[in-house]
Amino acid sequence: MDQHRSSLTRRQSWLLAALPGLFIVYFFAYPVVAILGMGLVGDGRSWAEVATRSGLADVAWFTTWQAVASTLLTVLLGMPVAWVLARFSFPGRAAIRAGLMIPFVMPTVVVGAAFLALAGPTSRIDLSGSVWLILSAHVFYNLAVVIRVVGGLWTSLDPRLEDAARMLGASRFRTFRAVTLPLLRPAIAAASSIVFLFSFTSFGVVLLLGGLRFRTIEVAIWQRVQTALDLRGAALLAIVQLLGVTAILFAYARYQARRSTQQHLVADGARPPAGPGQWSIVIGILTAVVLAEGAPLAVLAIRSLRTTSGWGFQFYRSLGELDSAFFVPATEAIRNSLWFGVLATTIALVVGGLAAIVIGRSDRGIATWFDAVLMLPLGTSAVTIGFGFLVALDWPVDLRTSVALVPIAHALVATPFVVRSVVPVLRSIRERLREAAATLGASPLQVLRHIDLPIISRALLAGAGLAFAVSLGEFGATTFIARPDFPTLPIAIFRYLGRPGAATFGSAMAMSTILMAVTAVVIGTIDRFRQAGGDL
Amino acid sequence: METKPNRPPHLLTIALVALLLVAACTTPTSGDPTELVLVTHDSFAVSDGIFASFEEQTGVSVRVLTVGDAGILTNQAILTRSNPTADVLFGIDNTFLSRALDADLFVPYRSPALEGVPVDLIVDPDGRVTPIDFGDVCINFDKAAFADRTPPGSLADLTRPEFAGELVVENPATSSPGLAFLLATIATFGDDGWQSYWADLVANDVLVVPDWETAYYGRFTGGGGSDRTMVVSYASSPPAEVIFAETTLTEAPTAVVTEGCFRQIEFAGILRDSAPARQLVDFLLSEAFQEDIPLNMFVFPALSSAALPSEFVEFTELPTAPATLDPALIEANRDIWIDEWTSIVLP
Repeated sequence: MDQHRSSLTRRQSWLLAALPGLFIVYFFAYPVVAILGMGLVGDGRSWAEVATRSGLADVAWFTTWQAVASTLLTVLLGMPVAWVLARFSFPGRAAIRAGLMIPFVMPTVVVGAAFLALAGPTSRIDLSGSVWLILSAHVFYNLAVVIRVVGGLWTSLDPRLEDAARMLGASRFRTFRAVTLPLLRPAIAAASSIVFLFSFTSFGVVLLLGGLRFRTIEVAIWQRVQTALDLRGAALLAIVQLLGVTAILFAYARYQARRSTQQHLVADGARPPAGPGQWSIVIGILTAVVLAEGAPLAVLAIRSLRTTSGWGFQFYRSLGELDSAFFVPATEAIRNSLWFGVLATTIALVVGGLAAIVIGRSDRGIATWFDAVLMLPLGTSAVTIGFGFLVALDWPVDLRTSVALVPIAHALVATPFVVRSVVPVLRSIRERLREAAATLGASPLQVLRHIDLPIISRALLAGAGLAFAVSLGEFGATTFIARPDFPTLPIAIFRYLGRPGAATFGSAMAMSTILMAVTAVVIGTIDRFRQAGGDL
Repeated sequence: METKPNRPPHLLTIALVALLLVAACTTPTSGDPTELVLVTHDSFAVSDGIFASFEEQTGVSVRVLTVGDAGILTNQAILTRSNPTADVLFGIDNTFLSRALDADLFVPYRSPALEGVPVDLIVDPDGRVTPIDFGDVCINFDKAAFADRTPPGSLADLTRPEFAGELVVENPATSSPGLAFLLATIATFGDDGWQSYWADLVANDVLVVPDWETAYYGRFTGGGGSDRTMVVSYASSPPAEVIFAETTLTEAPTAVVTEGCFRQIEFAGILRDSAPARQLVDFLLSEAFQEDIPLNMFVFPALSSAALPSEFVEFTELPTAPATLDPALIEANRDIWIDEWTSIVLP
């Protein structure tokens, strides 16, 4: 079938790409080039010397293999969960789906502590000092990505296809392998690429749980800058990281362009579990995932309630009682986080939505490079972006210390999630629908408005949920934007943790628990809109 | 890049140039600022309204920016040297000082208030930075665990078998008190001795964790942690335990080993010179600000005449002879020391 018949023209593509393009160039490419440029200035050392000093070879090897391992583990463990949540309707489904987003936003400082409490030297399973602790933390953080991105498409698969295969005598396994899996491939590839990028550029988890025995490129960049302000070493590492990320992104984009299948999508293909056999599988998988993802979170919630005088809410009551200018009341941190979340999500939806249309509906050349460029911020170190902002964004207006930079930085990382949620769905829309519209005299833009937009609105909401979550949990870039008067929840948690005293530790735990609740409520609300979206 | 000579100036270019000219004319190029920006690290804390009296006296308002830790603060200031984001920087310590001085970051200014500051805190003779506060990183121990035996009296004692498996320290690569403790051992045992000291600590089952939070709250029994009775923390941690206790305490649950501490001094420096910027440095050394420091940042004021809160007087033991190292020596070797430390302690 000719895929390009109703593609956008080059001119239309460029027009739609203008806004996302400018956004990415000014807020990403320009700062990153500026800071890397400073690092490329010679300092009397040869590049070989610089590479040896920064441990480049070892670090690059570890970064790559742990990212591959983390991605494989996350996808393998996430698929059954995505299946249960996409294919079965049961009471509490929406709540579980929203709740499973919580790990994704938790700051690494508190999760690291919880992991050490559960799998450290004092617990029955001692994983400290082992790479398994890092891998399991990566799975813990990224499972939500697989559940969301793969589950999003899985929910919309027409179950009648599988029914037909079963009717024709195919076993369950064969049906999955021959029918379902190929249809899900675009979403699995999308989720894998995100999980890979997150693990490839992982910082807090590796630093806290790996103690420099295990170092990713990202950790090494931080170390070069922190311990020696070795901009050259940092630039070399950052360039290697960018090359690795770019290679993966291009491989993904090419794969996606080749493998997308057009299909009939439904609003929600879930059915109630049939019989006790299916019920026990569903309950078994859900119990396992809720326990695994919930245990570290439960540690935090329990600590927020356990005081020396028994159980109680006194840590919550004491939030904001500190008579200090920058310990804002919890309510204010919640308000800041929600505001930044709304703004970042809006920017990400506009930028990412436009970009997704260009990527999904343009010819391959434009789509491939545009898609890769938009994903790059996910694979760039927060140190690079943070310092890049500082050296570049004082022209034409000095934005370096502006509050506006917070939602912009969040949106930079959130946009790829919108793109990744929308493009697979956009590519799956059957060309016949568009052709029919075109035959009836609709222009390509009208086709976009009346055929594509209604169908992708659900995917946009899925992307919005992820984008909001990214914003709620963002920590690295936010600390670079120096506004103590507008702390977000993760920043507030970090502040409390930095002081001694049982009461302040309890307050940090209480703040973490509040962050969990806020996340569950926000994601649950966005999901509800998605459910109410109606038929396609 | 391809260039076209003799091309007539584009309308857009003209408009842009005009706009820039207007912008340049409207920005005041001389005269004192009406708002000062103070950039500091993210553990900065002050009482609400502390700058009100400064603003009243000078008519200049103060805006505070916070970025990362002392290391990031320093690096960031160096990278933006040509166009600083702030007028005054506060919070650079003696472990990062040399990097900033090498980069020629600060405008020299000798505050009259320095008269009241002990001489050993004034590290830079050229007056490029002004000491504001200091704190000591010391071994803290859980008093309950040492109720019927003698706690260690020095760093050397920590390698004695009777204290095996009791100490938790922070990784110097990821933690500022961790680095201070490493520097204390280097200052105490010398350039050739500290490596074997650390090997002995490892043999005595020292535990290394990434950050102060994990060490203090996660492992140190005095901070509610699981299993270690001694931790690398601050001399001000015992009073903090009293102040932030859930119930009123008459005695601190923890105490410090007063030998083998490392002194961290925090400085302020002027990034963009003006009369109000100098006044702000004076204000940071004023009694009003100095007396606000202990209960907010848990360090000691540099000004000798500043009154200490009662908890600090009652529950703090000041170290006998805290170690220091030349900032230039620290800057030149930090990288190598941390590498060496990693290969000894985390092979």
